[in-house]
Amino acid sequence: MDLDNSQVVQLYEKMLLIRRFEEQSGRLYMQGKINGFLHLYIGEEAIAVGAIPSLRDDDYIITHYRDHGHALARGVHPNLIMAELMGKVTGTSGGKGGSMHIFDVSRGFMGGHAIVGGQMPLAAGLALAIKYRGEDRAVLCAFGDGAVNEGSFHETMNLASLWKLPIVFLLENNLYGMGTHIERTRAGGKDIYLNADAYKIPAAQIDGMDVVAVRDSFTEALERVRAGEGPVFLEAMTYRFVGHSLQDPEAYRESDEIDQWRIRDPINTFREAALVDGLIDDVQITRIGERVDAAIAEAVAFAEQSDEPGPEALFENVES
Amino acid sequence: MGEINLREAITRGLTEALDTDERVFLMGEDIGSYQGPYAVTKGLLEKYGNERIRDTPISEGVVVGAAVGAAMAGLRPIVEIMTINFLLLAMDMVVNHAAKLRYMSNGQIQVPMVIRTVTGGGAQLGATHSQSLEGWFASVPGLKVAVPSDPYDALGLLRTAVADEDPVIFAEHARLYQLRGDVPDDYYAIPFGQAKVKRAGDDVTVVAYSRGVHTALEAAAILEKKGVEAEVIDLRTLRPLDTATVLASVEKTNRVIVVDEAWRSGGFGAEIASMIQEGAFDSLDGPVGRVAGLDVPAPYNGTLEASALPDAARIVSTIEEIYGI
Repeated sequence: MDLDNSQVVQLYEKMLLIRRFEEQSGRLYMQGKINGFLHLYIGEEAIAVGAIPSLRDDDYIITHYRDHGHALARGVHPNLIMAELMGKVTGTSGGKGGSMHIFDVSRGFMGGHAIVGGQMPLAAGLALAIKYRGEDRAVLCAFGDGAVNEGSFHETMNLASLWKLPIVFLLENNLYGMGTHIERTRAGGKDIYLNADAYKIPAAQIDGMDVVAVRDSFTEALERVRAGEGPVFLEAMTYRFVGHSLQDPEAYRESDEIDQWRIRDPINTFREAALVDGLIDDVQITRIGERVDAAIAEAVAFAEQSDEPGPEALFENVES
Repeated sequence: MGEINLREAITRGLTEALDTDERVFLMGEDIGSYQGPYAVTKGLLEKYGNERIRDTPISEGVVVGAAVGAAMAGLRPIVEIMTINFLLLAMDMVVNHAAKLRYMSNGQIQVPMVIRTVTGGGAQLGATHSQSLEGWFASVPGLKVAVPSDPYDALGLLRTAVADEDPVIFAEHARLYQLRGDVPDDYYAIPFGQAKVKRAGDDVTVVAYSRGVHTALEAAAILEKKGVEAEVIDLRTLRPLDTATVLASVEKTNRVIVVDEAWRSGGFGAEIASMIQEGAFDSLDGPVGRVAGLDVPAPYNGTLEASALPDAARIVSTIEEIYGI
């Protein structure tokens, strides 16, 4: 690995933060403290952590409803996200957005969006604004394999390429659109990156379980986009280790398949490789675990101690 | 003061917005080199260039969505969707995105954009090109819906739409573009949610908007000859809705008819009728009357189509049937 100790620590700590945050969210959901839908990012952490820290502060991120990982990778405070999940007034949207709609505009985090593929046209607009103003900012548009059969995907790909919009399309292909395998929903199967060729967008398929591979590919893509060469398409192959949402009985996939992917757990494999390469040691790993656990505990305490929004919040921000 | 038609009023409003605010740009199908399907954007490409007058693919979803995204990033896009029928292809972007982002982000995001589109039937364009769907949008919190009936209102409402911090559906009636009217040279704007009494009268209130206002005025002229004075109210915006002006008129006349080109079932006229019976029940001499589009897809044949749309005769006969005047 071509990384130094501090880079390894950062990547590992961020991935672990997401993993533990999601595990804790799942427990809180079971306790009835988080309601509605909850979609966990467990298994896919290497993608957000590989990509997002390479962005500049003034770049935009727009993503789908499995959005906690992206928000955490962008540096949105875990307290604020956890408070939002619990519907509290201190949450990122004052408790009115929920798990699928995390926003932090101060960090260019332009939302979790919960209509499949819906964020893609918006990404085109964010990028159009950048181009209109002659800036060299970029947009990261994350989406899942479920989005690629939506018209919004194809319309956006066409427009982004036609107008050379500064977007890195980051496809998180976890093979299932909710509970249906990609081979049963897409002519051409899982190799979605080939689709980008139809729109003359340079594309690559990358290992979404390898944080370093994601980081390298994304950094390169970002350079092209920033140079004004138009969009780039990256398909990160990944797998969610848990159900689509917490309401998913997972009747559609075999435990063997899950076990096979779990062997490639992005956090464990990264840690082991870094240990072998002498880029991190057990003491540091223990300390990172403690820091992450403390951050999660703080987030839960913050959220639990926060107030519910008052009745006056109901009609606030419907319109100007 | 000069007399211009409604198309020219809109063009003037767009030119003004482009001249005064660099964040404003136009996007739509054939608005540039084709000069606009209804010629509203004629000459603008030559004047402002293709960054600000942006021809798009026929791809309504991403066109509206890109406008939403650009507005999220601080620009003020004005999108032209050729007709309101095609806006259905962008319904997700309008209803699930444009209308929701301010609320879901708790005010972090604003979506200051205008979707100009063409509504209405009566031009023998068949069932897919003749609908009046503005009422659908008017039922969505987070949207605003403007429905001008003449050049003066078109310019005044467009100015307000462009300055608004929220998404506005601006529905221009296809059969009003040639309508002429006086428009002052001096600046004015018409706030949303302020209906206008187009004709005063004490005997019956006729509530209408867009082209329906002219049908109502035609009916009022017929009624006048029969000794009945109708008060015609132009709503000007469906959301926000000026309930006060309507209720005050009904309290005076005790009789009311709601005119709406859209289908009767679930049409916005039903919302207005309901609002009136809730707010002025004790003033009413009879049920709230409705003259709406008939519940059929628009037929191509001109005679059949005309029979499905509100006309002055139907307004007059409805008033006579309900109120016996």
